[in-house]
Amino acid sequence: MIRLEKRPQPSRAWSLATPLVAVLATMLFGGVLFAVLGKDPVEAIRTIFWEPLFGEFAFYYRPQLLVKGAPLVLIAIGLSLGFRAGIWNIGAEGQYIIGALTGAGVGLAFYPMEAFYIFPLMVLAGALGGWAWAMIPAILKTRFGTNEILVSLMLVYVAEQLLASMSLGLLKNPEGFGFPGSRNLQQYDSAHNAELIAGTGMHWGVVAALIAVIFAYVLLNRHMLGFQIRLTGEAPRAAKFAGVNPPRLILFCLGISGALAGLAGLFEVAGPAGQVSIDFNVGYGFTAIIVAFLGRLHPVGILLAGGLMALTYIGGDIAQGNLGLPAAAIQVFQGMLLFFLLALDLLTNYRIAIGKPEAA
Amino acid sequence: MSHPPLLTLSGLTKAYPGVVANDQVSLTIGEGEVHALLGENGAGKSTLVKMIYGLVKPDSGTMTLRGTPYEPGEPREARADGIAMVFQHFSLFDALNVAENIALGMENPPPMRDLAARIREVSEAYGLPLDPFRTVGDLSAGERQRVEIIRCLLQDPKLLIMDEPTSVLTPQEVEILFQTLRKLKSEGTSILYISHKLEEIRALCDHATILRLGKNVGECVPAETSARDMAELMVGTTLQTPERHARDVGEVILDISGLSVASPSEFGTALKNLHLTVRRGEILGIGGVAGNGQDELLSVLSGEITTAADAVKFDGKAIGQMGPNARRALGVLAAPEERLGHAAAPDMSLTENALLTGAAREGLAQNGFLKWGAAKEFAETIIKAFDVRTPGPANAARSLSGGNLQKFVIGREVLQRPEVLVVNQPTWGVDAAAAAAIRQALLDLAAGGAAVICISQDLDELMEISDNFAALNEGRLSAPRPAVDLTVDEIGLMMGGSHGMEVAH
Repeated sequence: MIRLEKRPQPSRAWSLATPLVAVLATMLFGGVLFAVLGKDPVEAIRTIFWEPLFGEFAFYYRPQLLVKGAPLVLIAIGLSLGFRAGIWNIGAEGQYIIGALTGAGVGLAFYPMEAFYIFPLMVLAGALGGWAWAMIPAILKTRFGTNEILVSLMLVYVAEQLLASMSLGLLKNPEGFGFPGSRNLQQYDSAHNAELIAGTGMHWGVVAALIAVIFAYVLLNRHMLGFQIRLTGEAPRAAKFAGVNPPRLILFCLGISGALAGLAGLFEVAGPAGQVSIDFNVGYGFTAIIVAFLGRLHPVGILLAGGLMALTYIGGDIAQGNLGLPAAAIQVFQGMLLFFLLALDLLTNYRIAIGKPEAA
Repeated sequence: MSHPPLLTLSGLTKAYPGVVANDQVSLTIGEGEVHALLGENGAGKSTLVKMIYGLVKPDSGTMTLRGTPYEPGEPREARADGIAMVFQHFSLFDALNVAENIALGMENPPPMRDLAARIREVSEAYGLPLDPFRTVGDLSAGERQRVEIIRCLLQDPKLLIMDEPTSVLTPQEVEILFQTLRKLKSEGTSILYISHKLEEIRALCDHATILRLGKNVGECVPAETSARDMAELMVGTTLQTPERHARDVGEVILDISGLSVASPSEFGTALKNLHLTVRRGEILGIGGVAGNGQDELLSVLSGEITTAADAVKFDGKAIGQMGPNARRALGVLAAPEERLGHAAAPDMSLTENALLTGAAREGLAQNGFLKWGAAKEFAETIIKAFDVRTPGPANAARSLSGGNLQKFVIGREVLQRPEVLVVNQPTWGVDAAAAAAIRQALLDLAAGGAAVICISQDLDELMEISDNFAALNEGRLSAPRPAVDLTVDEIGLMMGGSHGMEVAH
């Protein structure tokens, strides 16, 4: 009989190895899936993982990697702080939208004036917008004990409606011939989140993501607040005994994840997307949840996971285009990655024992 | 002998990875005998009875029941052979009534009305009156134990195994239990009685087998052996009684008056109109059966539950509204009962656990930034000063044995030079040597001028170290009295007597 035995200490080797093993298992089973669909599995895997980085058109895909990876990492870092403490913000997508709306709104309010301070003001407004949207579940939770998972998730749909309303109303481009969507911020220099080095995909959002990674690393490893976050997640009662104030921690964690999601939205709307439109959000806020767990809620892990996730997105697109793989197959492939990671994660704290079970 | 003994164990051995729990243990239990199994925590008592009850399979050795080989594969087979067990931790559902709980444990429960009648009949026959239709959630610990015992008696057992049955009882309740056990014995039922309380064993048991580190180290007739001799057999060395020096009791440092709080947890006990004062150099012992407000009292003192500001005063200053860290800064420290998850975070290292309460007083953080080096040093100091057995401060708290982690938790607070230290069950599940070390540390702390509040269910411990004794009963605290002139009966009455449990006539 096979059973699981709790390890006396979490295994360090396994905690480092599981992401790699999970990626390998995903490649293996994904390959089987592609083979069943009648595609060459080796070619499909190569297209997804190799083509974007080193293929013929890598010069186009590599910048895309940064463009897609940055918002994922930025949002995931914020989420991971809350997740570490057992505070579940599922509504980053909504905070992302609101951050984009408030940030773009500030920029558009100044149009057509050109000034150096417009973009920084937009950044501030984006962060505040995301923060404020996250404060709704936070205050409801601390005041009335509501479930932050439900409230934050439902606010995503509210935010989507707000986005549609803004694209069709208040923020609609007056010179847009009646089409929905705002002015294009890419054509408004003071508000444009342009590439810092042309052709690299490197924009302010990428810089912010890297700063967030470093900030989170220092917070979790060197600061009392980070220690309290980890303590609350591992042993809530011990955290209370250690003097952690749970409502304050909830406000902090939801606030910072909302602010970072809002920033991601602002950098996206002012840069790669360029305008507020009905279909502006593409699910970064939800995918970031996967990225956070794929990176094992560790800042450096999230950086790597964000890159990997972006890679499967871009590679998946190429595979769809070049090999005719259905979009659903790519999504299954991405789902497998999370599944294997979470399943194998068990081995960090448990070992597999073969033999007859026995009461200790 | 006219007939063979009831149960013979010979050469039972059971090894777990890294530890031999039982090494060639042999013992014999006669018909109608009350046999004590005596040993410290970790001596292998539990493993041995689990083998008898079919929960654990021995690696080698044999068991013989009335002359025939006995190899229970699971508890059901053991029960079918007439062996029943009352566990230390009850397995009852709070929301169900007594009869329903008992029916759940039966293979073929009779109709509820017949079962209730049977329960009434058996419970009265053995002096353990119990209403089958009461909800278990409303019963006291002693009454819950009755449910477990009656559950066993309904099977008409030949051998009843009882694991530390008195740890949840007041002295009066213990006396009722002993009458029942004596009646069972007179009817020919054998009892295997597990305990480390020597006076109880001397009062009740015919024979005793003493285990130490998994080995059978001696047998004796308890009535003819002194408690001290048994203790030394059990511990293996001459037992060191903690030394008490005459202390000067100073001015009042902690003053609780008119304190009432609701419990934060659903099954907790609210504290009702509590008054107490502790002076510098004093150890106040607070006894009581588990679940009478001990956890809540500790939380109120540690600052996890805040109260009206002047309900708790430290050195004349109202601290009722202060959180745990503000109180630590003043010197009011606490060590909760639950080691894993409350006093310490199981998956965190000892260094991180040292930081858990030590940050403020030991200067382990500066402007919010952690000084890991200093935290590690503090952890190492605790490990060294309190002889915590661990490879090092990087090990996770859960990898330590209960006793070692307890030494770490108590040491962490003692080394922070408290003005007031509140401990709950400081030696629960700790071996005798470690327990003595912890008690000594508390005595030394008081000798140095600190006030100590020791909440415990171990009356011997409280009598050994406290100057004054008070008891918690259903969230009320009795008036403290000097410990020296208290009798066991008086203590029992302070703890709530027999909690309204009747004695059969």
